[in-house]
Amino acid sequence: MTTDAPKLDNPVFENVKHAFPGKRLRGSEFRGQSTLIVEPDDLHAVLAHLKSDPACDFNFLSDVIGLDYLDYPAETPGRLAVAYLLRSFARDDTLCVKTYLDPSIPTDGIEEDPALYVDSACDLWPGAEWTEREVFDMYGIRFRNHPDLRRILTWGEFPGHPLRKDYPLRGRGERESYRVVDRTSS
Amino acid sequence: MPYTLKPAEAFDTDVDTTEYLNEHIDTGDRWVLNFGPQHPATHTTLRLVLELDGERIARCTPHIGYLHSGFEKLGEHLDYNQYVTIVSRMNYLSPISNDICWHHAVETLFGIEITPRCKVLRTILAELGRIQDHLLCLGAAALDLGAFTGFLYGFNPREKIYDIMDYVSGQRFHPDWSRVGGAMKDLPDEEVFKRMVKSFIHDDLSRALKELDGLLSRNRIFMDRTRGVGVLSKEDAIAWSASGPIARASGVKRDLRKDEPYLCYADNWDGQGAEAVKFKVPISHEGDVYARFQVRLEEAKQAIGIIDQLIDSIPGGPLDVFADSKMVKPAKEDVYGSIEGLIQHFELIMSNRGWEPPVAEAYGAQETANGELGYYVVSDGGPRAWRARTRPPSFINYQLMPKLIEGHMLADIVAVLGSLNIVAAELDR
Repeated sequence: MTTDAPKLDNPVFENVKHAFPGKRLRGSEFRGQSTLIVEPDDLHAVLAHLKSDPACDFNFLSDVIGLDYLDYPAETPGRLAVAYLLRSFARDDTLCVKTYLDPSIPTDGIEEDPALYVDSACDLWPGAEWTEREVFDMYGIRFRNHPDLRRILTWGEFPGHPLRKDYPLRGRGERESYRVVDRTSS
Repeated sequence: MPYTLKPAEAFDTDVDTTEYLNEHIDTGDRWVLNFGPQHPATHTTLRLVLELDGERIARCTPHIGYLHSGFEKLGEHLDYNQYVTIVSRMNYLSPISNDICWHHAVETLFGIEITPRCKVLRTILAELGRIQDHLLCLGAAALDLGAFTGFLYGFNPREKIYDIMDYVSGQRFHPDWSRVGGAMKDLPDEEVFKRMVKSFIHDDLSRALKELDGLLSRNRIFMDRTRGVGVLSKEDAIAWSASGPIARASGVKRDLRKDEPYLCYADNWDGQGAEAVKFKVPISHEGDVYARFQVRLEEAKQAIGIIDQLIDSIPGGPLDVFADSKMVKPAKEDVYGSIEGLIQHFELIMSNRGWEPPVAEAYGAQETANGELGYYVVSDGGPRAWRARTRPPSFINYQLMPKLIEGHMLADIVAVLGSLNIVAAELDR
């Protein structure tokens, strides 16, 4: 197993650097896959640029991914992350745009954390709707201007964000202690 | 919660701009109907809350999550080979495609180039998986609209695919066949495998596709029920991240087998200049339920051609890239008969030993029957994935449901639902 030497010759990186002077941008490349790391506040602007700029032309949003790097062996700029996988049909290119967030309150509850907010990409790609809802459901990262930010896979009152690393594999007994509805009370 | 509808300003077809509603006088008699989660026409556990105006659907809100079982969380606690059993269960229509795709992503992360023999076998089995999926979807398209015969035409030959999977892996339903850098074991007998596959594609499958084609493609009732129903435009298909036959039926020229070739779909797959397999990608511009049916039918026919090109030229040599190293489970007689075999077995089974991948992340995607299936694998250098994100085509395609159905009749739900071919286990994971 060999590790490719990092080389950042993706023209998209140059393009974004010119379009956003003075912004903190980082890039990485692994196995020919490029990742662009942006600050949470710049995320929406960068995505909009990548979609509309003809030299980038990322017209297709493949997936929105939530990530948790609690106690990850390598250094990361923050604990939680959201990644947008973009594809360009015309240029046949793929790019991962990633932003890192650090929670400001304990992460074992479901309280709204003002630090865990990014702008939704639903206005650029309506297909981000459910994938962003899933990131919210699983990681508690909220999306500003999302049309319908509700939990999607767990039920509405679920007391946790299950894919966070501090959430135990077997859960916290939510299923066992869930309110039972019978015929008389429903 | 039980009967909540999506807020009216939500990001789908605006009720007020739906064409039919403009020319309709609202009587104020809208009512809410709950469809599912347990209903034969939903195939699995899906639930829709519908706001109806007579029999017209004014608004539709899918509620999902009934089968959520934390597959992605499990992926963080099982090693790269163990997780294939879970991945298999994500898609019960074509589990082999998921197996192959998961290990494609893992091998992308590890930087492993698999052997030509493995590539050919994986391509053949992935195409069988595609056929398996399409046959059910084509048959169910008929069943949902009341033509039970069509369903049997589609379902019977699938039995032969289960037999092939059983022969290859020992399990009919969930083969769990692939492994990092290879497969669980080589074919028991290559000639028998060839004979089984050939007899299936030339006899059973060709006949089934001909029968389905003959029964449905020019069937007046079927066409009336499917043409112009659930129309998706090309722009919407791209904007809503649709992939696979659904996008191609709307005119999106996108197939990962052509655009980002892998396995035998890529040129020079054997390292000696072999040509990529030849096949055509069917595209339709109608974007309705009928177009999706036609695209799937043609894709299944193309799969016959792909298998035909490969089945007689399965290269020899090892199946596993690690065949001569310590990363393959030894044969049982070695485990019980030699100390080296026992040690090797132990090293592979103990959960704190095994793979040492780079600390990095990679995305690997393949074109499966439902669309782009991808895995975003993050590794911490240990034997288990740090994060095993699935890009589930069913989940992303199902977002379109409200958009496709609003303004149509109640009875069209099953037609549209069947054409999206939602696999609930993958939808909810």
